Amino acid sequence: MSAAGLYNYWIVILLMMAGFYVVISSGNLVKKIVGLNLFQASVFILYISMGKVAGGSAPILREGVTQFSNPLPHVLILTAIVVGVATTALGLALVVRIREAYGTAEEDEIHQQDESL
Amino acid sequence: MIAAQLPALQVVVPLLGAPLCLLARKGNTAWALTLAISAVALLVATLLLGQVLAQGSVAYAFGGWAAPWGIEYRLDAVNAIVLLIVTGISTVVLLFAKTSVAHEIRPEQQVLFYTSWLLCLTGLLGITITGDAFNLFVFLEISSLSSYVLISLGSDRRALTAAYQYLIMGTIGATFILIGIGLLYMVTGTLNMADLAGRLPELTASRTVRTAFAFLTVGIGLKLALFPLHLWLPNAYAYAPSVVTAFLAATATKVAIYMLLRFMFSVFGAGFSFGAMPLPTLLVLLGAAAVLSASTVAIFQHNIKRMLAYSSVAQIGYMVLGMSLASSAGLTAAVLHLFNHALMKGGLFLALGCIAWRLGSVRLGDLAGLGYRMPWTMAAFVAGGLSLIGLPLTAGFISKWYLVLAALEQGWWPVVIVVVAGSLLAVVYIWRVIETAYFRDRGEPAPPVQEAPLSMLLPTWLLVGANVYFGIYTDLSVGVAGQAARVLLGTAP
Repeated sequence: MSAAGLYNYWIVILLMMAGFYVVISSGNLVKKIVGLNLFQASVFILYISMGKVAGGSAPILREGVTQFSNPLPHVLILTAIVVGVATTALGLALVVRIREAYGTAEEDEIHQQDESL
Repeated sequence: MIAAQLPALQVVVPLLGAPLCLLARKGNTAWALTLAISAVALLVATLLLGQVLAQGSVAYAFGGWAAPWGIEYRLDAVNAIVLLIVTGISTVVLLFAKTSVAHEIRPEQQVLFYTSWLLCLTGLLGITITGDAFNLFVFLEISSLSSYVLISLGSDRRALTAAYQYLIMGTIGATFILIGIGLLYMVTGTLNMADLAGRLPELTASRTVRTAFAFLTVGIGLKLALFPLHLWLPNAYAYAPSVVTAFLAATATKVAIYMLLRFMFSVFGAGFSFGAMPLPTLLVLLGAAAVLSASTVAIFQHNIKRMLAYSSVAQIGYMVLGMSLASSAGLTAAVLHLFNHALMKGGLFLALGCIAWRLGSVRLGDLAGLGYRMPWTMAAFVAGGLSLIGLPLTAGFISKWYLVLAALEQGWWPVVIVVVAGSLLAVVYIWRVIETAYFRDRGEPAPPVQEAPLSMLLPTWLLVGANVYFGIYTDLSVGVAGQAARVLLGTAP
């Protein structure tokens, strides 16, 4: 398959690396969660892409349609999306609690406050 | 027949128990319910281990859908023993929890605490019992999300940052595992582990399979706190509530070890993981580095909980060393250490829970003279510590002995040296606690301290006693570990 035919997968790699970079480099706890979301979104696209069958239609039983896309990866990733939403919610809830306790959501300032104890 | 439904009940009972627990108004009601459910789960796990030892393996098709299409639960000696550890530790720690939780967690949060506990238990049991790779990911996230909540309930505000850090690293790990499973599905078109194991041998040259292998190794390594991916663990264990530390230290990393064993040996097969891929070199180097570096760092900790957390990273190193040998003896040692380490760390963290309950602190300096004021608690700590070091007549000795024998069998002398050096470092950090507690005077203006109540001492001594029992009567633990090793290497059903 040509490089252009793998378009989806290039996007996956791009999103994955961008998200990963944000998680590692950003000092803001909310931005880290955003990076984590990007990272997870890339995996969603990976799963959805692999379910595509060339020339296949949506997997709905209908007359005259013989070739379907594989619905299983889509169903799987629906579960993973739910998990991702729950992780984001919990992460943000933790950030709120951290901000209440420390008065900041910046990693280096939190670190400073812990060090000074 | 209820006996045929046991694999489903193992997971369903705690899963349904969690929302039921949420309905309880008072912390004590929730505690009683959680304890009852955990005890039922322990009973189920015991019966399942009996079935496995009698029949070799047990399969359960969920909803009657046959294996490659439906979700299958599959039990053999490897996961039956892990189920027993998880439910057993959960039940014993819960016996301890009532007093400790009432002290450490605000009353309005106690019901939520026990609900999260049950969800975490569900997740850990689900990972262990399932025979479906994607199902494993879902249970992994159930246990992870609830353990982040459990850790964040610690009274120190640093518990929040520790939970956040664990959330970030844990999610990256779980997502790596998800990518690995996705890539495997891409080339094989199946998610059932047994089915995957059947189809992968033809595909070992595929770059997709090799990439999946790499993602799974790193992802599980993150959950496992394999050196150098262990950075989340010390803070998470140090600032979590006492009972949570005891529960997670004794179960969560063990389940991750099980995941690694299951993927590397049962799914990919020892031939691929340890032949075509450079896994033995990687594991032996990382395992040795974990033992030496984490044990050394443990010596310089002032917070004893943190010290034991670093020691956990080192103990994981021993299990990984055993695994890296990829021989029957090495795997026996790894599974045996998995079982024994759960007992010793559970006992030690419960003893620390007693100390935290009386002193409100687990800093080394505050323990001065405690050996005479809380004799039973400190005696439990010493006994658990000796097992951690690996003195004869304790469980720790048995697993290290098997590990040394396994390394000698292959002539891996450096591994033997690492095991001995790690044990000597353990002597140093355990001795620091003993010296402070027994040979240093308590400061002048110290308030009187009494022994911990019986409701806390009994569970602690139950685990510490198990250390001694399994140090002398090794038939059960060595027998099951040996069978598990044979299952993993494919020489037994």
